[in-house]
Amino acid sequence: MIAAVQTAPEVFEQTFLLVRAKILEVAATLDRLDRAEAAESVRSDPRFGQIRQGLEILLSDGFHRAAQIQEIFSDQYDPTWMKKYLSTGERPALSPSVPH
Amino acid sequence: MYYIDPHIHMVSRVTDDYERIARMGCVAVSEPAFWAGFDRGSVDGFRDYFRQLTEFEPKRAGWSGIQHYTWLCINAKEAENVELSREVIKMIPEFISKPGVLGIGEIGLNKNTKNESIIFQEHVQLAMQLDELILIHTPHLQDKLKGTRMIIDMLMSDRRVQPERVLIDHVEEHTVGLAKEEGFWCAMTLYPITKCTPSRAADIIEAYGDDRIMVNSAGDWGPSNPIAVPDFIQELRKRGHPESKIKKIVYDNPLEFFRQCRRFEFTPPDTLADNAALVVSQKV
Repeated sequence: MIAAVQTAPEVFEQTFLLVRAKILEVAATLDRLDRAEAAESVRSDPRFGQIRQGLEILLSDGFHRAAQIQEIFSDQYDPTWMKKYLSTGERPALSPSVPH
Repeated sequence: MYYIDPHIHMVSRVTDDYERIARMGCVAVSEPAFWAGFDRGSVDGFRDYFRQLTEFEPKRAGWSGIQHYTWLCINAKEAENVELSREVIKMIPEFISKPGVLGIGEIGLNKNTKNESIIFQEHVQLAMQLDELILIHTPHLQDKLKGTRMIIDMLMSDRRVQPERVLIDHVEEHTVGLAKEEGFWCAMTLYPITKCTPSRAADIIEAYGDDRIMVNSAGDWGPSNPIAVPDFIQELRKRGHPESKIKKIVYDNPLEFFRQCRRFEFTPPDTLADNAALVVSQKV
């Protein structure tokens, strides 16, 4: 880890208006969704649930909010995938033109 | 500050972009083979593309004083066509020894499918046989975490793979640790909306350090910014990071990784200037 060169008050001063603008953008987008027809159907969309979870993480403490939000928006990993995908017969056979 | 863009698709950019990045301090680019925005129909389409990457682009880059390097493969998006992929892989040895070719890339996964995994492994097999460096594309958005894990699973299951000879690209907050913990090089792609921003990349550097990591613009035919690396440099400067630290990420690290390629030849920009001065003085 490289120590952040700036102090927290310096970072806050530099980013306050930026963060404010981003929060307002999200708020306005959610308002737009609610104003539109069939808003309820969006609320049952799993992606809306992901957005809700992401917003909850923003309010939590800690250093890894960005990584946690990335994980919310990620597909599930199956550790046994290789057995399912790559049976022995499907292991690569090199073409004869490749020098050995 | 001089910098290297280690992942930029210049075939999609105009000559003015070479000139712009040169003016911003870019002295070298490395251009992985990628998806052209449409699926190519034949191996000859790839043969022409590889000629463009190995013959014409180095020349066009040179007009702006930029040194051009490249990587060869069939990308993951076209790997669903296994038959065509195998024909392309079979053709790669025709081009691999050309000057400026750094290895096999950008191979990887896109939708994390079975066919993509098979073709990925066949590329790795070729790289091991030819003792080449590997540059890896990781999927974007919801596929990234799963795809990066799958890629690392495949690499770690092959005992011939040396992590320090593999660069895992497009890492973000949730995948950078996976790549670094296993000893791979990694890179962050600065790209509007769907990938990393310069400020998030700077945060990742502050959290994970500056070893075995670099940044690139991936400038391509989509919405992208070929001068994203200078934006990253500016972000680190604004935060007060020393020039030596910034140079390590945008210049020294790419060189350290590329130097593992036995064909890699690089003329430092200061030497270029000295050579030019020498030529002028000899003429006088």
